[in-house]
Amino acid sequence: MSAALNESQREALIRKLTALADDEIILAHRDGEWTGHAPILEEDIALANIAQDELGHALLYLGLRSELDGSDPDRVAMFRKAAEYTNTRLVELPKGDWATTMVRQFLYDAYEALWLEAAAQSTYAPLAEVAQKALREEKFHLQHTALWVERLALGTEESQRRTQKALEELWPYTAQLFQTVEGEAELVEAGILPDIAAVRVRWEALMVRHLQDKCALRMSREAFPGPSRENHTEHLAPLLATMQKVAREVPNAEVW
Amino acid sequence: MVDGQWLMEKDGEPSTIDHQLSTIWAALAQVPDPEIPVVSIVDMGMVRDVQIDGERVSVTFTPTFSGCPALHVIRQSIEDAVRALGVQDVEVRSTLTPPWTTDWINADARERLRQYGIAPPAPAGEGLITLEAEPTRCPRCGSFDVNLTASFGSTLCKRLYVCGSCKEPFEGFKSV
Repeated sequence: MSAALNESQREALIRKLTALADDEIILAHRDGEWTGHAPILEEDIALANIAQDELGHALLYLGLRSELDGSDPDRVAMFRKAAEYTNTRLVELPKGDWATTMVRQFLYDAYEALWLEAAAQSTYAPLAEVAQKALREEKFHLQHTALWVERLALGTEESQRRTQKALEELWPYTAQLFQTVEGEAELVEAGILPDIAAVRVRWEALMVRHLQDKCALRMSREAFPGPSRENHTEHLAPLLATMQKVAREVPNAEVW
Repeated sequence: MVDGQWLMEKDGEPSTIDHQLSTIWAALAQVPDPEIPVVSIVDMGMVRDVQIDGERVSVTFTPTFSGCPALHVIRQSIEDAVRALGVQDVEVRSTLTPPWTTDWINADARERLRQYGIAPPAPAGEGLITLEAEPTRCPRCGSFDVNLTASFGSTLCKRLYVCGSCKEPFEGFKSV
C-alpha cells in the first residue's frame, strides 16, 4: 500500500478521480445514443460494448473516490447538475455523424490508453490497480476506433470529407483533456498521478503517426486549452436530463 | 461452530482444513460462468482465494471486465454455492490485483470453449499498446485464415470472426 495522503492531496485526488469518471460517463452516454441507430448491427453492438466498458471504468474511479470520501457512486453520477460535472467539452458534444463519433472516440481512446499506461505506475496502489485493469480493456477500443478512422479516411470521397471535417471540428477540444485539476501538480510530484504533459507528448506523436501518416488526414488546427472543466457547452444539460431521468423520477429503482 | 456436514469426513470424524477447502473449491468449480455456461468461474480463473477463519468462509474473486453486467450474479452464485454446503457466514470479496487475464483460463476449459465453438484466447502477454489484433485460430477447422468481422461480440469478452477456410462464422475470446 502507498503512504497515506495528506489533506490537500486527498482533495486533489478526489477532484481528479471525479473528472476522469465524468469523461467516461458522458462519453458512454453519447455512445449509447447509437444503440438501435448504428449503421450496421455489429457496430451497434461494438459501441454498446465500448460504452459499457467506459461506464465500468467510471465505476472504478468513483469506487476509489468513495474510499476517500465515502460518496455513493450512483449519487455522484445521477444527482449532480451540469455545473457540477467536470467532464471535458469534447465528450459532451452531440454524437454527430458516424465519422464524428469514431474520430472523437479514437482521440479519446488513445488519450485514455496512454494515461492509463502511465497511471499503472502510480505510487498510490489503488489507482495503479484500477489503471492496470482498465488498460487491458481500453486497448480493444483503441484498435477498433483506429481501424474505423483509417477505413473512413481512406474510403470514399464522401467518407474522407466527413472524417477530415470531424477531425477539424473536434481537434481544438482535445486540449482540455490535458488540463490539470487544482492540486494535480502536487500529486504528480508525489508519483500518485502521471505527468499529463508527458502523456500529451506521446499522444500527439501517436496522433500524427495514425491520422497524418497512415490515414492521410490534414492536422493543421491548433488546439486551444479552453476554459476549466466546470464550464460546459449548452449540450450537457439536456444530456444529463435524459441520462438522470429514471434515477431522479424513481429514486428507489433497482439495479436491473 | 458451523453446523453443516461439510465439516465432517464420511466416517464422522472432524474434517481437516485442507479437506474443507477442497470441498469449497469443488463447490465453486460447479458454478457456471453466467455468460458461457460450458466453463465454471474456477475454470475461468475468477476465484482467486478461499480462506476459512473459524466459522467464516471468505471467497475472493476478480472480475473479468470492469463493466461486466454479470458481476452481481457471480457474487450471488458464489455465496449460494458456499451456503449450500451448510456454511452460515460467507463473505465474498472482490479484488483487482493482479488484474484478471485470459492466461488464467485452464487448458481443459480452453478445449471446452473450442468444442463449444468459441476460439480460446491467444496468450495475452504484457507489453506495448498496439493498434493490431493478435492472431486467432478457427475453433472448428483450426485454420489461421480467419477474418475479424467485429471487434466486439455478444459479451464484453468476445469478438466475431469468419473462417476463410471452412467459411464458418465463430466467436473468439479476446486476449486480455
